[in-house]
Amino acid sequence: MSVIQALDIGLALLVLAVAGWTIAAREAFASVVGYVAYGLLLSLVWVRLFAVDVALTEAAIGSGVTGVLLISAIVRLRRTEAPAAAERPGVLLRILAAALCTAVAAALAAVVLLMPDPGATLAPEAASHLGELGVGNPITAVLIAYRSFDTMLEKVVLILAMIGVWSLAPDRTWGGAAGPRRIARPEGALAFLAQLLPPLGVVVAIHIVWVGANEPGGAFQGGAILAAMALIVMMARLAEAPEIRRRWLRLALIAGPAMFLAIGVAGFVVPGSFLAYPAGWAKPLILFIEAFMTLSIAATLPMLVIGPPNRPPRT
Amino acid sequence: MLAMALALATTGGGYLLVLAIIVPVIGMLLSLVVGGRHAERIALALMPAGLGLSLAIAIEVWVTGQPLVYVLGGWTPPLGIALRADGFSAVMLVTAALVITAAGYFARVNFQTPPELPEKRAPLAFWTLLQGLWAALTVVFLGGDLFNLFVALELLTFSAVPLVCLDGRPETLAAALRYLLFALFGSVLYLLGTALLYGSYGTLDIALLAYRISAEPVVAPAVCVAAGLMTAGLLAKAALFPLHLWLPPAHANAPAAASAVLSALVVKASFFLIVRLWFDVMPGLASQAVTTVLATLGAAAILFGSVLALRQARLKLLVAYSTVAQIGYLFLMFPLVAGGHPWSAEAWNGGVMQTLSHAFAKAAMFLAAGLVAEQLGHDRIAELRGIGRAMPMTVFAFGLGGLSLMGLPPSGGFAAKWLLLQASVESGQWAWAVIMLAGGLLAGGYVYRVIAPALTSASVAVKAPASRSREAVALALALGAVLLGFAPLEFFDLLQIGRPVATVALQ
Amino acid sequence: MSASAATLAGLTGAALVGFGLYGLLTDPHPLRKILAFNILGSGVFLLFGIIARKGAAAGFAADPVPQAMVITGIVVAFSATALAVALLLRLFQETGRATLDPDAPAKAPDAGVDG
Repeated sequence: MSVIQALDIGLALLVLAVAGWTIAAREAFASVVGYVAYGLLLSLVWVRLFAVDVALTEAAIGSGVTGVLLISAIVRLRRTEAPAAAERPGVLLRILAAALCTAVAAALAAVVLLMPDPGATLAPEAASHLGELGVGNPITAVLIAYRSFDTMLEKVVLILAMIGVWSLAPDRTWGGAAGPRRIARPEGALAFLAQLLPPLGVVVAIHIVWVGANEPGGAFQGGAILAAMALIVMMARLAEAPEIRRRWLRLALIAGPAMFLAIGVAGFVVPGSFLAYPAGWAKPLILFIEAFMTLSIAATLPMLVIGPPNRPPRT
Repeated sequence: MLAMALALATTGGGYLLVLAIIVPVIGMLLSLVVGGRHAERIALALMPAGLGLSLAIAIEVWVTGQPLVYVLGGWTPPLGIALRADGFSAVMLVTAALVITAAGYFARVNFQTPPELPEKRAPLAFWTLLQGLWAALTVVFLGGDLFNLFVALELLTFSAVPLVCLDGRPETLAAALRYLLFALFGSVLYLLGTALLYGSYGTLDIALLAYRISAEPVVAPAVCVAAGLMTAGLLAKAALFPLHLWLPPAHANAPAAASAVLSALVVKASFFLIVRLWFDVMPGLASQAVTTVLATLGAAAILFGSVLALRQARLKLLVAYSTVAQIGYLFLMFPLVAGGHPWSAEAWNGGVMQTLSHAFAKAAMFLAAGLVAEQLGHDRIAELRGIGRAMPMTVFAFGLGGLSLMGLPPSGGFAAKWLLLQASVESGQWAWAVIMLAGGLLAGGYVYRVIAPALTSASVAVKAPASRSREAVALALALGAVLLGFAPLEFFDLLQIGRPVATVALQ
Repeated sequence: MSASAATLAGLTGAALVGFGLYGLLTDPHPLRKILAFNILGSGVFLLFGIIARKGAAAGFAADPVPQAMVITGIVVAFSATALAVALLLRLFQETGRATLDPDAPAKAPDAGVDG
């Protein structure tokens, strides 16, 4: 067995161990910390699968932003763990559940082992059209050209989740600044990081979006980095969370899907099909759409993490 | 193959499919940005447009006799995504448009922005979520790609869940969280299935998948596992017994207009996808064993849901358990349609007719129940004596809806039941006929529980006279369920457009 | 060799689906259910990943279409988590409990329970 194979097996076992820890840990806080570690390990697995774009997205969104969300939740829910533990289903039910899950996992494992190699793939077709789009990264091509309708719908999903989260605010706080009330006292290290990292993060994010047309990267990854910067700044109290009634916030939220729709509808006119790109204009339009998408993702992700408003709007 | 070429090229009226999707999306985005009382105006202003588009699609499908197809971005499947509208899609679109328009008009009183505030939480959330829900339903009915349908299902869940807890009461929050968790469980199983299908065939386009699956002599194990997982996930979202636990508290505690839309349309979307999966993507897999399992669960839902409905103390919970029961009827159509037999077309028509008439009837009943709850301040069935005198139109609407649920003539429910009974008798599967008749009796039981005290001559204290226009909306929906019973034969021809020609079951 | 890494990832994904499903079904605390849902989701994404790797062709190390689907899926899963967490926190704010049991008595919220 070569070194690489041994490392792969080691990584897989580690991932399974941390995932098992997350499910089985008694304390919810330990479970959440385990999940964040799990996400980072998973990014390594994605790199081993030669899916670098996915690795970046998993690290930034799957582990990073989700981790912040879950940690801030578990800190507030600490008191509820004991009463919930009393509701655990009996041993018999748990054994039945375990049997069911083992059966599902076994069926999936069998399907995985029986999978033909090489399998069915759309890679050649995806590659054949990259030239006319002028794009080098096939994943960007799939996201913003071939299956752009999926991406557009997914931006709408983000907005609806945002509205859903905001709708959970108490009536009297509607329109106020998002997020929970917290004592305003920026701690030393956090305030320092919040001053140091954002300019760096913005540059890195813009680079990743720009480069995403030809290399791994793109709007989702860059937007997630910008979102992380915004979260650091808000957590360190260097800036206040925006009030949800502000027009500029709402415009930033819808900018991505709105621009996507606008270009899509324009596609009816010129190349003759919704979401089609006129010949020769594909790459600039794709970058244009990605810029607006990055803005929307950078606005939506932090607002989803900090939650509904809890203070009435300042008059 | 000519059929394949037809399924992958944009047809003349295809642009209507795109418009039907983007109109509510644009409305939702605009409502969020402009905000305030304009959100309501935008939503109401776009409703006629949405209704007109759905009717235009139905007429186009009817006139051309072919499904409408639109290839998005000019990228043909398998690389790109297509939208398709067959007869079933078209009638579901029209039904959705009518029910949402009615619910929107009904809800104007409940979700008004008061003049002294620039914006209020519940109205803004309601009008944006309603438009998002409409867009999601449209994509579900028109989507031709399984992953696209996954995103549409998520869109639907995120629109529906916040509507359940819109008034902020604690019991609605628990119900909404439970609904969300069941829905996410369903989505992730569905996604797992699509992964296996892509791995096997390199595409998720429904028409292409159907072609490639049917071209294989033996069914691959991956396809069986995928079918099982996707169906389990979609059954959780459709609240079929035994995965129905989330539905009664969620639908009963939501605002009346939201309950109407949830029971009439949202659960039907998952059912629609199960039908697409089993009769369009993998008809060869729809063996006797599988369809019998689905129908048995449906039968259990009918009996269980109806008996529980008989025991409810609250009106809205009774109506919600009735939904659990009526969804069971929809699954009785599976063993009757599968196999390409002479009675399959009849069973198909019956199943679709049941879907449509239940949508109208249930929406009417929930709106009526909402009016009763508003006027009395409660919805306890024990204290409904005499409301028939105070709110005759409302009780009449409820009664007409109940007529359709029971399957009495003249109503859409009767037409549906008649077709399904005929198919069940012709195919020799008598058990389903017995179940349907039993379900009808039980439905009669729980409708009687409400109507009988309502029509007594006791006097009851109401807070204020009911708004005539809102009662009229509930009545109009109930009349819709009745009018379906008078559907001409051409209507059933519309339903048959786009059906796969041969459905031969692999044993 | 890299193909065996893919098979390994696929088996890991299958096991993760099993773990996540178990957690979702059995753990009574909603936040643990949400965590389990995320693990279940990531297992499903890994299965997409092995399919992508086995679809290596035309000079790409992995089929780009499933990878794009995973990216979309990660964002959708995050929004689902955000909505579920917000619902749970509001439920806790209103009732002082974090349970899905609809018959649990509602408790009056403590003063100052927010933030």
